[in-house]
Amino acid sequence: MKIVVCVKQVPDSWAEKKLNPSDNTLDRDSADAVVNELDEYGIEEALQIQERLGGPDSCSVTVLSMGPDKAAETVRKGLQMGADDGVHVADDALHGSDAVATSLVLAAAIERLAPDLVILGSESTDARMSVVPAMVAERLGRPMLTFANKVELDGTTVRTHRVTDYGYDVVEAALPALVSVVEKTNEPRYPSFKGIMAAKKKPLETLSLADLGVSADDVGLAGSWSSVAEFATRPPRQKGTIVKDEGEGGVQLADFLAGQKFI
Amino acid sequence: MTEVLVLVEHDDGTVKKVTHELLTLARSLGEPSAVVVGPGADAALASLAEYGATTVYAVDGDGAADHPVTPKVAALQAVLAQTQAGALLVASGPSGKEVAARLAVRTSSGILTDAVAVHDGFVAEQSVFGGSTVVQSTVTRGTPIITVRPNSTPAEPAPADAKRVDIPLALSDADRSATITERVAQERTGRPDLTEAAIVVSGGRGVGSAENFSVIEALADSLGAAVGASRAATDAGWYPHQFQVGQTGKTVSPQLYVANGISGAIQHRAGMQTSKTIVAVNKDDEAPIFDLVDFGVVGDLHQVLPQLTAEVTKRKG
Repeated sequence: MKIVVCVKQVPDSWAEKKLNPSDNTLDRDSADAVVNELDEYGIEEALQIQERLGGPDSCSVTVLSMGPDKAAETVRKGLQMGADDGVHVADDALHGSDAVATSLVLAAAIERLAPDLVILGSESTDARMSVVPAMVAERLGRPMLTFANKVELDGTTVRTHRVTDYGYDVVEAALPALVSVVEKTNEPRYPSFKGIMAAKKKPLETLSLADLGVSADDVGLAGSWSSVAEFATRPPRQKGTIVKDEGEGGVQLADFLAGQKFI
Repeated sequence: MTEVLVLVEHDDGTVKKVTHELLTLARSLGEPSAVVVGPGADAALASLAEYGATTVYAVDGDGAADHPVTPKVAALQAVLAQTQAGALLVASGPSGKEVAARLAVRTSSGILTDAVAVHDGFVAEQSVFGGSTVVQSTVTRGTPIITVRPNSTPAEPAPADAKRVDIPLALSDADRSATITERVAQERTGRPDLTEAAIVVSGGRGVGSAENFSVIEALADSLGAAVGASRAATDAGWYPHQFQVGQTGKTVSPQLYVANGISGAIQHRAGMQTSKTIVAVNKDDEAPIFDLVDFGVVGDLHQVLPQLTAEVTKRKG
């Protein structure tokens, strides 16, 4: 069994984010970078499957990331958590790639790695589009089980609970397949000291677009199918009325809501 | 006029409010057509016509309900192939975005998600980075596929004669490769859907316990609102995760958002900052949520909310 987990490096949620005025892309240098939180659930899920199947001899876990040079830190974090090896797709031509272009590159890397199972986080905390997992699956033509909060492997069948508005659907497919996980699927582990030391010796391969057979014309700003025409920073909301509850706070709030025609 | 397609969100023909909003938006951009996938077109037709759909494409056939999202993708691909549509509008939710994502790749079309408005020329307005930046985006290839957040456009009826066009659903082997074997429905609360509710009442750490969420629910019910929760509340197990509002939960954009015992960390703000009116009740007068509010009460929610609920009930009489 071979599992690939896709991870993305994102600006820390707590950091102030901004766009580059020169080409309307995310200014990735302006904020501390971390592993996309939902991808950590993906890594944890892969490691738990590996443990259930008897360890690295019967199941390998590869961490895959696309991004600028420093995205290698994100792959390294996955290795520290316990993944066996890592692949980092880095190429100057990738700068400004939209979701469609990103999915092209990830799909090419996955084809090359030929895993039985691919696990992705269901969205990233920076762009929050939540479309890359579905696009990768569409390109690969393989079954996709999205928004899973429970993942079970049963021989060559993968079964998940897909979160819905009304509860969940039980969805199943034959391997090879893809799964995207949501928060609360599991509790991601912290890298141990031993894990951090061991990660230094684990293989981390860097691949270029040429290695993957992807044309530079199909990625980056030029290869994207959508573009940001303009952006503006919104002034902070005007500070509203704040009252201290002196026993009539609920009535005062009701007065405000009535004035706004909500009651 | 350019035909603008709207993917209909429905439960066996009962059309959701967000679809009426999208049809209203589509009328401002061109001639609205609705696409109904699966059984239910008969029941949906009148409601779609009421909000201005001039054509209703009913796509149904073998397997329509057995697979997640792929039947909708295949259906929309079939409709796009036989129309000259200028754009497709889809409700921005987890499923809608998944459908849009696959369709974009399948039809070599650009995709824009989470629009809060769509302007002439199919320019999508998006609110990013927790509402601090407003972006205008366009699609540069294919038919623009735009997912639009619920509550972006108020739904307004404009009756039209909807012409029905039936199209058989054709699924490929890949479309059939993931199968739904069971649907598990949790108990219905009787409240509106969180993502499309006009009013959302949320509780956070300050609520204090699972039992105390009854205070939040009582206020929500008096206002006809949906109930939400902050991550602190769902992490503590006080309220189910599907009601979590925030960065790793649901994004809501209601007319009124009532935050109770929620400090307003960026995690939470990312999921509610585009709400039209925001009010908050919190004991801590320095809570960051007060930077966002139109009206705030510094006080104990266990005192303020029951009083507010009683007042709302009394005034609604």
